[in-house]
Amino acid sequence: MLNWLQRLGRGALDNFAGLGRASLFLGHTLSGLPSVLAHPRRVIAQLHSIGVLSLVIILVAGLAVGMVLGLQMYNTLVDFGAEASLGPAIALTLVRELGPVVAALLFAGRAGSALTAEIGLMKASEQLSGMEMMAVDPMLRIVAPRFIAGVLALPLLSAIFSAVGVLGGYFVGVGLLGVDDGAFWSQMQSRVDFYDDVLNGVIKSVVFGIIVSWVALFQGYDTVPTTEGVSRSTTRTVVYASLAVLGLDFILTALMFRDV
Amino acid sequence: MSEMTGSSETLVQVRGLKFSYGRRVIFDGVDMDFLRGKVTTIMGPSGTGKTTMLRMIGGQLRPDSGQVHVDGQSVPELSRRQLFELRKKMGMMFQTGALFTSMSVFDNVAFPVREHTNLPEQLIRDLVLMKLEAVGLRGAHKLMPAELSGGMARRVALARAIALDPLMIMYDEPFTGQDPITVGVIMQLIRKINDTLGLTSIIVSHDVAEVSAISDYIYLISNGKVIGHGAPSQLAASGSGWVTQFMHGQPDGPVPFHYPAPDYATDLLDGAGHE
Ligand SMILES: Nc1ncnc2c1ncn2[C@@H]1O[C@H](COP(=O)(O)OP(=O)(O)OP(=O)(O)O)[C@@H](O)[C@H]1O
Ligand SMILES: [Mg+2]
Repeated sequence: MLNWLQRLGRGALDNFAGLGRASLFLGHTLSGLPSVLAHPRRVIAQLHSIGVLSLVIILVAGLAVGMVLGLQMYNTLVDFGAEASLGPAIALTLVRELGPVVAALLFAGRAGSALTAEIGLMKASEQLSGMEMMAVDPMLRIVAPRFIAGVLALPLLSAIFSAVGVLGGYFVGVGLLGVDDGAFWSQMQSRVDFYDDVLNGVIKSVVFGIIVSWVALFQGYDTVPTTEGVSRSTTRTVVYASLAVLGLDFILTALMFRDV
Repeated sequence: MSEMTGSSETLVQVRGLKFSYGRRVIFDGVDMDFLRGKVTTIMGPSGTGKTTMLRMIGGQLRPDSGQVHVDGQSVPELSRRQLFELRKKMGMMFQTGALFTSMSVFDNVAFPVREHTNLPEQLIRDLVLMKLEAVGLRGAHKLMPAELSGGMARRVALARAIALDPLMIMYDEPFTGQDPITVGVIMQLIRKINDTLGLTSIIVSHDVAEVSAISDYIYLISNGKVIGHGAPSQLAASGSGWVTQFMHGQPDGPVPFHYPAPDYATDLLDGAGHE
């Protein structure tokens, strides 16, 4: 019993200590932003590698999700004779919800875990230590550019996800199931609002970008510098980042779409 | 202050250094001097804190008490910015080489130069090729670290460590795990670079023969204390049990072979109680 309490206490303390370190880490990363802006090329290079990592899976998943949405929503809407609303239904689901969330989950699994592994291995092989001894701050040189790149990349990837999803829904709805082509697009145009829907979706994906990049980079930087430590941190990145995205999504949705 | 900074002959001065990892005491009052222009070696069994000492000198770890002065500056008291300024004058070759795996040999050596100077790319190219030539690897500048042997990786790390013409260079176990020819090459390089560039070298090692051949001065540490120091010939002739054990490679003696542990019998009996 005492043992159990002790373990619980130790676990709680460890978690708080970890949270403290993570906050300091974020602060340190943010303090590096000016230096990153002075070297935009570093961000662009990271943006490229992160984008390339995630693009294929985002395209494929976006298309698949859009096609499934087309099928499912058509089946419901057709009962009410409202299949002309298929366009806005698909677009709203994607732009408000599935685009930011699914893209963030895929991003955490693909790019997030890769970032953790990269930084963790740099730590385990003393590359970060070596950099410090060369009077170069790895927080500024390695972490900060990746953070910015991650925060910029996710909204772009979410947008691509949503766009490809709409196309997928269009193929199924208009191409296979015979929904009217003109109605599909014109209804979508009139019912999707730029501020309420598109912008809120973008805000969501920016928040998710911050969270996923933060978790991934922190887990890499804070890793136990052994092979096993790195593999555990990589797993943790995917789990923590995914849970954080889902939890935050609920909160953000509640705040954003109260009276829409 | 002026007294603490030591004579201008001494580049690095360690006084009364104490440090522990948690409850494990690593240093318990260590004094050392590293003279300018000399090759000084820290020797000691595995796990005595040789790497830790280099990290103290480089300011990556702070002592619990005691002083570390480098070039007249008290390292533990420096701000982050001052520390980084000081580190530009230090080169370090890590135990594993610590090359950036995502960069070619050329870019690895160019890295500190690009970070700390605004030299045009043409000049950087000449400079990097010169440093690589000094370690005999100019021909390998296009290779990636994964394509290098362990010995080559260390030589590249050496070229990178001297890229900014530092005042001093620290080598962490430069010979471990190398074939005899590579060991010979690295030994010659350390001595040659020290003498031609006029810098100060600190080596951490437990390879007695190699180190005796190239060092001007040796510190032997064990159990948190300096147990002997002097020129290699003095140490080899020393009458002290500790020093003899180490210099002549005897497995047991005053230096214990075991990591500190509770009594063996108690430990075994305790283990039985757990199941
Ligand atoms: N981060 C750490 N946390 C706790 N203990 C540590 C840590 N790093 C090192 N130690 C302990 O400090 C001691 C000294 O480590 P150090 O790496 O300086 O040894 P070393 O003399 O360089 O050994 P080797 O010759 O094997 O490289 C070791 O006994 C090790 O167990
Ligand atoms: Mg060591």
